Order: sequence, then C-alpha cells, then structure tokens
Amino acid sequence: MRKLKRFLNYFVLTAVSLLSVFPLYWMAVSATNKSVDVIAGRLIPGTYLLENWKGLLQAQNVGSALINSFRNSIMLTLAGLLICSIAGYGFEIYHDKGKDTVMSILLLAMMVPFVATLIPLFQMFSKIGLLNSTLGFILPTISTPFLIMLFRQSARSFPHDIIEAARIDGLSEFGIFLRIFIPTMRSTYAAAMTIVFMNAWNNYLWPKVIMLSNEKITMPMMVANLLTGYVIDYGMVMLGVLVCTVPTVVIFSLLQKSFAEGITGAVK
Amino acid sequence: MKSKKKSMGLSKRRNLIGWIFLLPAVLLICGMSFYPMIRALVLSFRTGVGANMKFTGFYNYIRMLQDKVFIQALFNNFFYLIIQVPIMLLLALVLASMLNDKDVKFKGLFRTAIFLPCATSLVSYAIIFRALFALDGFINTMLIKIGILDVPINWLGNAQTAKTVIILALIWRWTGYNMVFYLAGLQNIEYSIYEAAEIDGASPFHQFGRITIPLLKPMILLTAIMSTNGTLQLFDESVNLTNGGPANATITMSHYIYKMSFEYSPNFGYSTAMSFVVLILVAVLAFIQMKTGDKR
Repeated sequence: MRKLKRFLNYFVLTAVSLLSVFPLYWMAVSATNKSVDVIAGRLIPGTYLLENWKGLLQAQNVGSALINSFRNSIMLTLAGLLICSIAGYGFEIYHDKGKDTVMSILLLAMMVPFVATLIPLFQMFSKIGLLNSTLGFILPTISTPFLIMLFRQSARSFPHDIIEAARIDGLSEFGIFLRIFIPTMRSTYAAAMTIVFMNAWNNYLWPKVIMLSNEKITMPMMVANLLTGYVIDYGMVMLGVLVCTVPTVVIFSLLQKSFAEGITGAVK
Repeated sequence: MKSKKKSMGLSKRRNLIGWIFLLPAVLLICGMSFYPMIRALVLSFRTGVGANMKFTGFYNYIRMLQDKVFIQALFNNFFYLIIQVPIMLLLALVLASMLNDKDVKFKGLFRTAIFLPCATSLVSYAIIFRALFALDGFINTMLIKIGILDVPINWLGNAQTAKTVIILALIWRWTGYNMVFYLAGLQNIEYSIYEAAEIDGASPFHQFGRITIPLLKPMILLTAIMSTNGTLQLFDESVNLTNGGPANATITMSHYIYKMSFEYSPNFGYSTAMSFVVLILVAVLAFIQMKTGDKR
C-alpha cells in the first residue's frame, strides 16, 4: 500500500511538473529556431536566435518597451510596498475599533472588479493629464486591500516588547517602523515584492487603455502587437515572449524561498 | 494624576500617528476604487457620447438583455467558472497534499516546476498556447506525426475546442498558484495527525477527504473567492488566445466591455452598465461563498 502510494505520488508529481514546464521549454527553444522548424515540431535549441532578435528589433521597439515596463513596475513596487506596509503596520500596532471598521470597509474594495472602475478612471486620468505616464500607470493599484492584509497579518507576529524598548530608547513611531519593522519583516517584503512586481509587469488591460502613445507601450502590449499580420513568425514571436517572461521568472527564482515563507507567515 | 494625564496624551498621540500611517492607503483606495465605482454607477444610467450624455434611466440595462454578444459573454464567463475552477482547485489540493507527504523527495524541485507557469505573464502564456494549438502548431504536428490525426484540427476555429483550450490554459497557469496557498495552509496542520490516521488504517483517500479538506477549509474558501473573482474578469486570454472568436464564441465580459469602450465608437454609458453587472456578480458570488463557507 505504502509503496503504491509512493509510486503514485512520484508519478503524478513528475507528470504534472513536466506538463508545467513543457510549454515554457517549447517557447524558449522556439525562440532559437526558424519559424518553419518551429512548425515542423523541432524540440532542440537551434542557431537562429540572432536572426529572430534582429527581426524582433525591426518589428517593435523592444528597448523602449523594456525600459517602460521596468520603470512602471519598479515604481509601483516601491510605492505599493511603502504605502501598504505602513498601513498594515498602523492597523495592527495602533489597533482600535475605529480602525477595524475602516479595515472592513477597505476589504469591500477587494470585491470591486477592475473593469468596473476602468472607464471612470480613464475619464479622470485623461482630464488631469495622466495618460501615457508612469504615475497614471501606478496610481490605481498602489494601495490594495490584499497587500494591506498581508502586512497586517505579518505585523501580528511582530513583538510588542521591541516597540516598547525602542520607545524607551527614544525612537520615534515612524523610526520604529522604518528601522526595526522593515528589516525584521524582510521575508514578508520579499513576498509582497514578488507579487506586486509580477502583477505590475504582467498588467495588460490598464496600460492598453492609458498608454495611447506608441513610445509608452509596455512589454505585454509589445508582445501582443507581434501577433498582428497574417503570417506569424513563430521564432520571432516566441523570442518576444521569452524576453517578456525572463524578468518575472528571475525575480521569482531569486525570491522563491522568502515568497513561500512570507505567504506562510501571513496565513497563520 | 499628572502622570496619568500625560500617558493619556501619549496614547492619544500614538492613536493619531496610527491614523496618519493609514491615511495614504485609505485615500488611494477611496479615490481609485470607491469613487470611480460610484461614478460608474451614475454613468451607467446615461447614454450618448462625450459631453452630450443624458440620463436615460435603465435603458442600458434593458439593452443588455437583448444584446446577444453580452449574453454570450456572460455565458462564457460562467462556463469557464463552473468547469475550470473546481478542476483546478481539486488538482491543486491533490498536488499540495502529495507534496506535503514526508516520504516525497525533491520537494523544492517539484514545487518550483509546478509554480513556474505563474511567473509567466498572462499575455505571454496566452500567446504560447495560441501557438501550440494553432492550425500549424505543435499539438497538431505531433498528433499527425504519432498517427492519431490525419488532418490537423482547427482547435481555435471551433467554438467547443477553443473553449477547451482556454480552460486548459487557465488550469496550466493557475494550479501552481493555488497549490502554494494550500501548501502554506498544510504547514499549520500537525503532520502527526496523518501518521495517526495511517496507523488507524485510513487510506490516502480517506485522509484527504477527512483531514486535509476540512482543515484547509479557510484556505479553500479564500482560493475559491479569488478564482471566482479572477474568472469573472478574464481579459488577456480572451484577447490574445482566441481574440474572442470564433464569432464571439469565447469572448469574455471584460473583453466585450473593452471593445465597446475603446474599439467600437465609444459607448461609455452602456459599457459601465455592463461592468456594473460584473461587479454585482462578483459581490453576490463572494457573499454566497462566504455564507456557505461559514456554515460547514
């Protein structure tokens, strides 16, 4: 029985792992192959990477899309982490009835689908001139109930003795947050950073609506643009997809361990 | 007496500092979520373009009932929801409990592999699946090579198969994500419970049904709400995998709302009315899920 279970576990886990990785492997390999070879089903790396890269550069402004995506995502990550973590800390450490009420109202915002605010946001932002700007990209998603909750939960495990000791040492309330809370909660910050950066990088609907100028398009928009035209150059398209995927995969791999820890800490 | 007064002043001051810490986040959510939501409600009772919008009551909502594309989109979202979410959550639960087994080695490797799809952007994976299932794509090529097919199947050109591809793609992208939440939840369950159950002769299926699922209930509720929310807002897949086709057979509500607002001649009144329907559906379903989650 035990042996059978063990065999079944390994069999299922291996099969699912292979199925999970295969489309990504196929994408990466196809980026190095000629379109005809991709269609023929070639599954080993080829030598056409440079040609695909030249084709990609010719078709789209990859450099500017990369810079835009990095700028937007980094700014959103910094702003979101700062504002949501200080709010989560505030909710937990200075906890009272009034703040509990505010928190439950904020949680209602989780139920508001983005598409329901899309058009009013577009109208507001075009009126105040925020179209085509990084500020316009980041403003709607800096503060999210999910992230505030994540930090609130992790602040629960932050010992009150430390706060008292720091107060006696004469540290200001903001100083305690900045110098003690942030360094102690590194794994929560890493988890939050992974989530926010990935969401920012992958966001498609909102930049598609506000980034009207061609120089402002982001990586996902650029990759989607590669599909226009009747004949699709698979090698080139897959290279575009690869370039769009590498940053998030790298961030995830680097922060994977703290990501798991941060999530675990938050759900306790 | 004096010192008491001073300490009260101090606690009041701290309380105020607490509010200041919350302020930016609260203001942003009010300004970027609640305020636009109220404006959307107002806008949904108006029709017209630009400055020439006038109040027309429930006209937009009545129009929806006769809009075949909207009804199709609504149906599609629910179709994805009912088929895909249960399969994905069950699969994620099974995988998580397998990974939680103490006998299993290479846990990190399996976990990374299964979570990896979540690091791919939605547009990217939509395009990968579109290429895999294209008429001249990898799936057809392989099926012909092995001899299962004689002629390629037009996966994305047929309503049923196109929906199936979207569901497969969604399962591929999100199972690992949900699994991570379950794994985190499982860490809070004492492993000795499983060992005791095994000594008592409980089969793995029994352990799964009687221990894992009941103890993970809050986590299952959370992931069910998140998945419902996400499925009702599907956009990237509909746009980039099938472009809503063939003949709107796979279009989602968000995709149709986008088209109505920014591709056809803009009709913001009608679009916001449709988006408000999405909002109500999300809220009602979350409410029902929380209620049933409480009862059990």
